[in-house]
Amino acid sequence: MLNVGKIEEGFVLDHIEAGKSLSLYHHLQLDKLDCTVAIIKNARSNKMGKKDILKVECDINMLNLDILAFIDHNITVNVIKDGEIVDKKELVLPKEIKNVIRCKNPRCITSIEQGLPHIFFLADEEKEIYRCKYCEEKYDSKK
Amino acid sequence: MRHLMNPLDFSVEELDKLFELAMDIEKNPEKYADKCAGKKIATCFYEASTRTRLSFEAAMINLGGSVIGFSDANSSSASKGESVSDTIRVISCFADICAMRHPKEGAAMVAASKSSIPVINAGDGGHQHPTQTLTDLLTIRSLKGRLNHFTIGLCGDLKFGRTVHSLINALSRYEDIHFIFISPEELRVPDYITEMLTEKGIPYEEVIKLEDIIDRLDLLYMTRVQRERFFNEEDYVRLKDFYILDKKKMEAAKEDMLILHPLPRVNEISVEVDDDPRAVYFKQVQYGVYVRMALILTLLELV
Ligand SMILES: [Zn+2]
Repeated sequence: MLNVGKIEEGFVLDHIEAGKSLSLYHHLQLDKLDCTVAIIKNARSNKMGKKDILKVECDINMLNLDILAFIDHNITVNVIKDGEIVDKKELVLPKEIKNVIRCKNPRCITSIEQGLPHIFFLADEEKEIYRCKYCEEKYDSKK
Repeated sequence: MRHLMNPLDFSVEELDKLFELAMDIEKNPEKYADKCAGKKIATCFYEASTRTRLSFEAAMINLGGSVIGFSDANSSSASKGESVSDTIRVISCFADICAMRHPKEGAAMVAASKSSIPVINAGDGGHQHPTQTLTDLLTIRSLKGRLNHFTIGLCGDLKFGRTVHSLINALSRYEDIHFIFISPEELRVPDYITEMLTEKGIPYEEVIKLEDIIDRLDLLYMTRVQRERFFNEEDYVRLKDFYILDKKKMEAAKEDMLILHPLPRVNEISVEVDDDPRAVYFKQVQYGVYVRMALILTLLELV
């Protein structure tokens, strides 16, 4: 397998659905951070056939894991410290997402009210459905 | 402090209490005539809805209280760009309770989160209109004596009709309700509603023509079928008569079937039906006042 050097401190995000790593890069706002990032696309995987991997060298308190769970909770997060994996956690869908996604319903109060936090709640864990706290419109990432 | 945002905010037991109170108000109005003396309701209507606003105002006046407010966004500070959050903080200083109508969905919830007085959602866009649902439930409960064991037909625009969705949700908490949805293909009840019913094991049927099933109904909830909801004029002309209730269709209905309608009506119930004792849509308006009286008393903790 391709070797992209060892990380001293940071994250290895494994089991990313093939092709999703770049959008994940943007969702995590890694473009705004001054850190080393390796994007590995289409790595071979026993579990998934193909997968993407993201390696991020950064302070481990800098990443918002909640949003990661929201985007794809099958991703495995390996926490690296002093060059070793110190923690390996499966992600759980957050019950509430605040100020990460915006409600796209033009009839929603969030479209006009100033300074209102954009809050979504987990309406159906099985179907992974989030709804806007205010208008209850389903969040559709494809829109 | 409690607010009312959604008809499901109250449990079935709490609703029972509320309806008992409303029915006592109906029987003994004098007992409640001074309950809200010195109290004020603010009716904050960012869009016009004269009937709903007057119903709240009549309810408060019947309780011996008084009314302040505005009846459309142009006459309020909203036209100067004031947020809902700021408006409710100001209103909280003037009144004891607020009924808010707003074209944006979730507006009343934002108000409630910043308010120091109880807020009643008097309609937020296409989202919720809980006092309409409470009115519907009280009407059924008072005139049928129960909220369980019946077959209800909901007829007309079931796709966009917010009052219909809300009523289905509210009724789905009671025992042995059988739903029959009567609508054109284009205006069928949304999937999330039928999925919810299936999940709860509540029986429902979907039919195209009212006259096919009217004889089976204990309750008929009529709504408007608007011309602009159809894809083409041809379909509208072909289908519209299926959803107009007239004397002839009523001949097949049970003798104690009740006809409800959230009003305003356009032509979906022919005026010749108005004199039929089964037509209770104007009584429904009266129950709307009673249920709002009961709600104001409950939220102000005066009972
Ligand atoms: Zn929204």
